[in-house]
Amino acid sequence: MLETLRPDPTFHPSARLAMEAEAEHIAYTVLLSPDQSRPDALVTVDVDPTSKTYGTVLHRLDMPHRGDEFHHFGWNACSSALSPLSGHPFLQRRYLIIPGIRSSRIYIVDTQPNPREPRLIKTIEPEEVFRKTGYSRPHTVHCGPEGIYISTLGGAGKDGTEGPPGVFILDCETFEIRGRWEIERGPQKLHYDFWWNLPRDYMVSSEWGLPPQFENGLVAQDLLAGKYGHSVHFWDLRDRKHVQAIDLGANHQMALEVRPAHDPVREYGFLGVVVDTTNLEGSIWTWYRENGQFHIRKTATIPPEPADAAQLPALLKGFGAVPPLISDIDLSLDDRFLYVACWGTGELRQYDVTDPMKPALAGSVRIGGIVQQAGHPNGKPFGGGPQMTEVSRDGKRVYFTNSLYSSWDAQFYPDGVPGAQVMCNVGANGGIELDPAFHIDFGPDYAAHQIRLQGGDCSTDSFCYPSA
Amino acid sequence: MGWPLAVANGMAQQRASAVFSTLLPLGGGHFMAMAVVLVPFAWLNWYVEWSRAIRLGAGVLVLLFGIFKLIARRHPRALARIRPTQLAWWSFLMATAHGAGLMLVPFMLGLCVAAPAPMDAFAAATARGVGHVSVMNYLAQSSVATAVVVAVVHTLAMMLAGLTMAWAVYRYLGLRFLRRAWLNLDGVWGWSLVIAGAAGIGMAW
Repeated sequence: MLETLRPDPTFHPSARLAMEAEAEHIAYTVLLSPDQSRPDALVTVDVDPTSKTYGTVLHRLDMPHRGDEFHHFGWNACSSALSPLSGHPFLQRRYLIIPGIRSSRIYIVDTQPNPREPRLIKTIEPEEVFRKTGYSRPHTVHCGPEGIYISTLGGAGKDGTEGPPGVFILDCETFEIRGRWEIERGPQKLHYDFWWNLPRDYMVSSEWGLPPQFENGLVAQDLLAGKYGHSVHFWDLRDRKHVQAIDLGANHQMALEVRPAHDPVREYGFLGVVVDTTNLEGSIWTWYRENGQFHIRKTATIPPEPADAAQLPALLKGFGAVPPLISDIDLSLDDRFLYVACWGTGELRQYDVTDPMKPALAGSVRIGGIVQQAGHPNGKPFGGGPQMTEVSRDGKRVYFTNSLYSSWDAQFYPDGVPGAQVMCNVGANGGIELDPAFHIDFGPDYAAHQIRLQGGDCSTDSFCYPSA
Repeated sequence: MGWPLAVANGMAQQRASAVFSTLLPLGGGHFMAMAVVLVPFAWLNWYVEWSRAIRLGAGVLVLLFGIFKLIARRHPRALARIRPTQLAWWSFLMATAHGAGLMLVPFMLGLCVAAPAPMDAFAAATARGVGHVSVMNYLAQSSVATAVVVAVVHTLAMMLAGLTMAWAVYRYLGLRFLRRAWLNLDGVWGWSLVIAGAAGIGMAW
């Protein structure tokens, strides 16, 4: 990889400077083929309102294999390269690292020289991942101090249950797997998301379930028995060891997305919990550090909505209600607004989290939903509900897709979840509304998962200097 | 080196004194990085009869390290493992990895040889009836003293330059400047080592 003479202009020392940067022109979205009949793909979407091709797909890069199931992905380098400790911020935000969560294969895609037409430059085969890490089902990708950190949902063995899943390191220049990140994992046995506070030197990780608990769909017995993940883990980032675990209680099933405050001076962050098995509500939790100890508190709940059993999929018929199913949360770069995707009820909520201990509902839009099935303002239907959410750097636009995971889509939305990407505009003092002019329909053959914005976004970049 | 760390420290704690508090650990680490390279070479130098070979060897070593730095451009990952609080350790490893101490060796050895004028000292010592051992001790001490002086001067210059830069960014220029000012100097470092090594060889020849 060519080194640069100056830091990449898309790297920003602080979140505030990132907010002042130029608006995004291109979004990258991963598509997957739910029936595995075609290869998964990376599409380039024009998000520049002044462009003639605004709101359309510019290019689709089909992968050479089938059945990868794209889920989360990330950049090879980001603002974290400006860490004063690295002393070497001359990487380029250029490559997208795209893991297949079902195949354990990892693709390296180059977005240069033409960012509209990225090219596949390297494929890391699953055997290499298994051999070098003992992990499987790669998931979240973050660029950090030692290279690219990739969390996994599975351990070794055919069904990924031999040994715990964890995080491994990929070299950010050669894309060689360097091996496991953890030196001491303590009681951690499950994995989902992770993120960190780089100057304060800690990492936070969350839990979903082991591959047999998600690959063929949600296992209702495991859910009711409290066997999905319900703990959050805190780690010493440099020493690569577990320092503290907090159990949220077995009724709080699936502690998924971890969103620390972007300003590293603020030592708190948010966690979304999919469902409380006692009352079907979803919840937002706020963790914080005080005198070296981590604490976590439930700070917002979203109740289920009563529904006629006839309108519910088999899994939910017995409950007579549709749960919000908080599948994603995302925090704006000024740490002011937290977006909460309620994939079950079909609602995207905006919370004002100026006081992180008291999130206040500031806006909401309805689209999709198991029962409500609200259409887009342009009149077109919308399958699934708000899912992976991406906030623009300036905080003025919120993009989201509608698919959760192929086998779960089929369980909760038996009529199918045709891939779509839409966008909300954000009011100056909060409030959100769907943009009628922006609606990308990827058709019935593809499901759409995560979105990345050219130049970085609110769920990729980590900043090493305060926004002060 | 290390001025972005000083800026980050000051901003995180929101007080100017936090910028200055990085000065001692950064300087201390840098000084140690100089000293661990310079002092052993200074000890070697009291083998006066081998002085020329030592200077040539040191020059070649510096030259080779420079070539290595020009070819292997990747940054050592170990440097990313240091905690944000271990400033002195960071400064030590960073200076060592860049060959900052090594670069001074040819220069320092030149000073060591010039300073004590070995034959005169030997003659004077013999005249006073003092033995060979004490002459050698004298030479060793003077070489080590030169090494320490070189390391101190170099460290003070580094601290002054770093502090000026950190204070200017923290107080006046702001973080935006950091993006513009941060230049990739790895190539410059590599070439500096090559030139220092070649000059060392040339001076000793």
